[in-house]
Amino acid sequence: MEPIALLLAATLNAGTALAIAGLGLLINEKCGIVNLGAEGIMLIAAIAGFATVVHTDNDWVGFAAGMGAGALLALVFGWLVIWLNTNQYATGLALSMFGAGFSAFVGIRYVQEKLPAREQFAIPWLADIPLAGAALFKQHPMVYIAIALTFAMAWFLYRSRTGLVLRSIGESPESAHALGYRVRWIRLACVVAGGALCGLAGAYISVIYTPLWVEGMTAGKGWITLALTTFATWRPGRVLLGAYLFGGVTMLQFHLQGMGVQVASQLLTMLPYVATIVVLALISRNPTWIRVNMPASLGKPFYPGA
Amino acid sequence: MRLEARPQPSVAMSIASPVIAVAITVVLGTLLFALLGKDPVRGLMVFFYEPIRSGYALSELAVKATPLILCALGLAVCYRSNIWNIGAEGQLLLGAIAGGGVALLATTATGGWIVVAILAAGAVGGMAWAGITALLRDRFNANEILVSLMLVYVAEMFLSYLVYGPWKDPKGFNFPQTQMFPASTQVPLLVTGTRLHLGFLIALAAVAAVWIFMFRTMAGFQLLVGGLAPLAARYAGFSSRKALWTTLLLSGGVAGIAGALEAAGPLGQLTPHVSPGYGFTAIIVAFVGRLHPCGIVLAALLLSMFIIGGEFAQSRLGLPRSLTGVFQGLLLFSLLACDTLIHFRIIWARRLAWNR
Amino acid sequence: MPVEPSVISRLALRGIRKAYPAVVANDAVDLTVMPGEIHAVLGENGAGKSTLMKIIYGVVMPDAGEIRWNGNVVKVRSPHEARAMGIAMVFQHFSLFDTLTVAENVWLGLDRSLSLIEVSARIRAKAAEYGQDIDPLRPVHTLSVGGRQRVEIVRALLTDPRLLILDEPTSVLTPQAVEKLFVTLRQLAQTGCSILYISHKLDEIRALCHRCTVLRGGKLAGVVDPTVESTASLSRLMIGAEPHRIEHRTANQGPVALAVKTLSVARLDQFGVALDDINLHVHAGEVVGIAGVSGNGQQELLAILSGEDPRALPQAVQLFGSPIGNLGPRARRARGLYFVPEERLGRGAVPTLGLAHNMLLTRQDGGAVRAAGWIDLRRIREMADHVIARFNVKAGGHHAAARSLSGGNLQKFIVGREIDADPKVFIVAQPTWGVDVGAAAQIRNELLRLRDMGCALLIVSEELDELFEITDRLHVIAQGRLSPSMRTSKATTQQVGEWMSGLWSTEEPIHAA
Repeated sequence: MEPIALLLAATLNAGTALAIAGLGLLINEKCGIVNLGAEGIMLIAAIAGFATVVHTDNDWVGFAAGMGAGALLALVFGWLVIWLNTNQYATGLALSMFGAGFSAFVGIRYVQEKLPAREQFAIPWLADIPLAGAALFKQHPMVYIAIALTFAMAWFLYRSRTGLVLRSIGESPESAHALGYRVRWIRLACVVAGGALCGLAGAYISVIYTPLWVEGMTAGKGWITLALTTFATWRPGRVLLGAYLFGGVTMLQFHLQGMGVQVASQLLTMLPYVATIVVLALISRNPTWIRVNMPASLGKPFYPGA
Repeated sequence: MRLEARPQPSVAMSIASPVIAVAITVVLGTLLFALLGKDPVRGLMVFFYEPIRSGYALSELAVKATPLILCALGLAVCYRSNIWNIGAEGQLLLGAIAGGGVALLATTATGGWIVVAILAAGAVGGMAWAGITALLRDRFNANEILVSLMLVYVAEMFLSYLVYGPWKDPKGFNFPQTQMFPASTQVPLLVTGTRLHLGFLIALAAVAAVWIFMFRTMAGFQLLVGGLAPLAARYAGFSSRKALWTTLLLSGGVAGIAGALEAAGPLGQLTPHVSPGYGFTAIIVAFVGRLHPCGIVLAALLLSMFIIGGEFAQSRLGLPRSLTGVFQGLLLFSLLACDTLIHFRIIWARRLAWNR
Repeated sequence: MPVEPSVISRLALRGIRKAYPAVVANDAVDLTVMPGEIHAVLGENGAGKSTLMKIIYGVVMPDAGEIRWNGNVVKVRSPHEARAMGIAMVFQHFSLFDTLTVAENVWLGLDRSLSLIEVSARIRAKAAEYGQDIDPLRPVHTLSVGGRQRVEIVRALLTDPRLLILDEPTSVLTPQAVEKLFVTLRQLAQTGCSILYISHKLDEIRALCHRCTVLRGGKLAGVVDPTVESTASLSRLMIGAEPHRIEHRTANQGPVALAVKTLSVARLDQFGVALDDINLHVHAGEVVGIAGVSGNGQQELLAILSGEDPRALPQAVQLFGSPIGNLGPRARRARGLYFVPEERLGRGAVPTLGLAHNMLLTRQDGGAVRAAGWIDLRRIREMADHVIARFNVKAGGHHAAARSLSGGNLQKFIVGREIDADPKVFIVAQPTWGVDVGAAAQIRNELLRLRDMGCALLIVSEELDELFEITDRLHVIAQGRLSPSMRTSKATTQQVGEWMSGLWSTEEPIHAA
């Protein structure tokens, strides 16, 4: 393939993990809860998915395992922040640290494992289009699932009544409680769904994207995803676009190295992190813009007392 | 079972909570060892007895506690001001880089003053790194959690760029490390035969200084109010921008000193592995220590035991060193759950009293 | 009273009790509401009215007692159940979602699965039935406070309630809008719907309600016919003592202390209000009031006056003739301008800090802070003790956390803290909002005493009665503009009400003071 087409293909591939996790965090944050544990969830889901595929040889079982692990961790996180009213930031950090430690701990046996090569998936005819065809239509099905998920999420949040309830809880849990909605259970459902999607993204990274297991392999993708929801001003479509943008930046460093650009690899590796910082600063520059788009109760505790 | 808000936060619970959390972590750890087929008693010994069993072990405990205390002090000031700096690790690395850079300039003939210069450079390095976060938050309203965290990755890459590249020891068999610093740069040792250095005393002095700053001066009071009730701080006329810069520069500064102490103390050179995650562990230290300078000393010693315990677990039980991370995460989880009882009490209600 | 062909009560409560850790909110409370009856629940702040309504609406479960609905014993476990039974509630706070549209807000309050389009149609129909104008597609944050209340009421009415609960509905309305609301409520009662009307405003209850249940300290104080009671007798029943009276003395005016000149400030965001050409002056020894429905620019103006919002031009705010528009709150305090905000917990005081440390928020004078910023703990404790004693604050000493005080005592502490600094200009927002009657009277007396000592006072309040009681001159703020002032002694509720809707003629020189 042409270099540009290669970059495009790699961008879609890299952006997919970010997009899936980003949609997960989106639903999480739309109901008012920030999960700084995304990195930890993705790491544990990555090893869960990878180990499952090693033992079952089935990618989809691996994805399910990743989702299950993510949902389970999110359940614990949700119980702590929603019922025990622990600080969301601190609890998320705890999850990230635990995830880094625990995944490294259980993953040590899988460091040398390799996954079998798999058949390439291609959309008939479209994949044969010259230049971009292979890049766009010869991807893993999960790439297309992520796109479909984006549309589904947009419909769910902005067209369905359940989505409206969810947004209203993110806006004002007190009002929703007064109207009789079971705020805590709905929030827990959002957190678990978000965790499951982060888990899916983690499993995708270790099973398809890399595919192998090394300690700390998500390399901050969970944190970048957290920045992504701000970047997208909490809109599903922009999450997808942002994911491809960050995916493109991540891939660009490898391509620059491949093209023999005379810059030390360590400096190129900085690129996605620096890009995240720059983008975050540019997007947040207008506080009014953020305030209007951000779920109003984001990060704030809610206890349905008297 | 349900929770009921206490009219006043419980002081007793806020002290008991870390103790209960450690107990829970020990129970979970015991279960984990049993699950792994290791003798739980040996496992616990490795974590809770080996690190304190001899004078030398105790000195190592203090060596590892030193950067934890320094970083956690700065973080405690940040968290009390509601500034979520989670990038102490990056600030520590920049302190190590800046301090290390000064140390590389020294020769064997340089006087002892170079240690002061190294520590000052470390402080400046850490402050500059934290200053980026402050600047982006102040000018661009960028979320400090994400920026400070991203900067950790950037700092790690920068350090590894230096030790793989321009600062690599030409006689180092191509290992990613700088040459050993000249002896004149060595932070003075407190006890010969150990690695315990002056940094431990510096950390204790910082504990006292931070305590006075937070609880006895108007500047500290303004930070506290800003964290407890931002609207009250605005009403009082306490500047939130000043609070942002003060806390971040202070925490960056102490983390930077911690980094410089590591470089010019126990390590004596720069490698990609200057810190085994001190900056992240310090977050737990700050919380377990109740964001209080005195509590932080105890918590730092405890978490230092965890780090050393992890090393022993690797060498003696053949378990991965990442066990430390597992325990750290479990400890913070348990602590946060127990902290709920500071503000709430449990009501064991089998039935709702609904009299007919 | 309109009568349905039955004598079974719509709602009957017997022996309701609800205790919280610090306080017994309801104790042995009985309440009976007949079909088609407009029934008032009267009580001062903290009498347990809100808790009782939350119990009826299923938000809170009672510890003991019985609820009968149309004669049958029921348990109301959630607002969903309450709505299914035919109970609707219009809340005082916390029930609309600002960024959502009117239709979306209403949709969220309906249990039936209608589409959003059907909901919009029903809103239009119901609003027309009651002669109101509501656009279902507007986002709620663009509505005035009164407009939001109409949305709440329509949302309630669309559930076809048999009992409608209104919690302090008129605190956000102009006198004219109150009249309109009463027409709607009477029309609704004619259809057989019962109405529970919670209020502490005696005149309104006498004008609207058929019967009145009075609560005092969480207990039943009596059930009366408000149309035959006098305002004074209702007041006695409510507070259990003779109401306080404030002797109105004429002011002894000095020179202009505080002046605001052609102040215009853009709004901060779409939820805010822009200030438009505000002119205002307060003499030493004078109390000037600013009336208005909340959300018309009061917060923005107060932030400019206190210095929390530094965007004003220096000359736009003047203290004894010198420009202070660009100074921060501390610099203004140093020059004698003190301010009490509307929110007590979290703004006027730090909830978790003790009273001694709360002194430090605004009082770094008097030796509290020494050289190099060293806090003199003994001194701030003394200062706190002094305020506690001087203003009769009921608190567990200077260590007591601000949040452990009752609303009235905390307000006495905050107002006392500022008065103790001998302000030359004193700005107070909602001086007695949510404060019990005794504390309110004490605070008003303290304010008048301060005036008599030559301080200039500016009072921003939504309680017209209060403004009529303590001010010498009145302005009205509406949509970010300030009316001319009028002598309070010559002002009428009618006129202030019209001005609250922004209807004053700018040419007409009402009064030059």
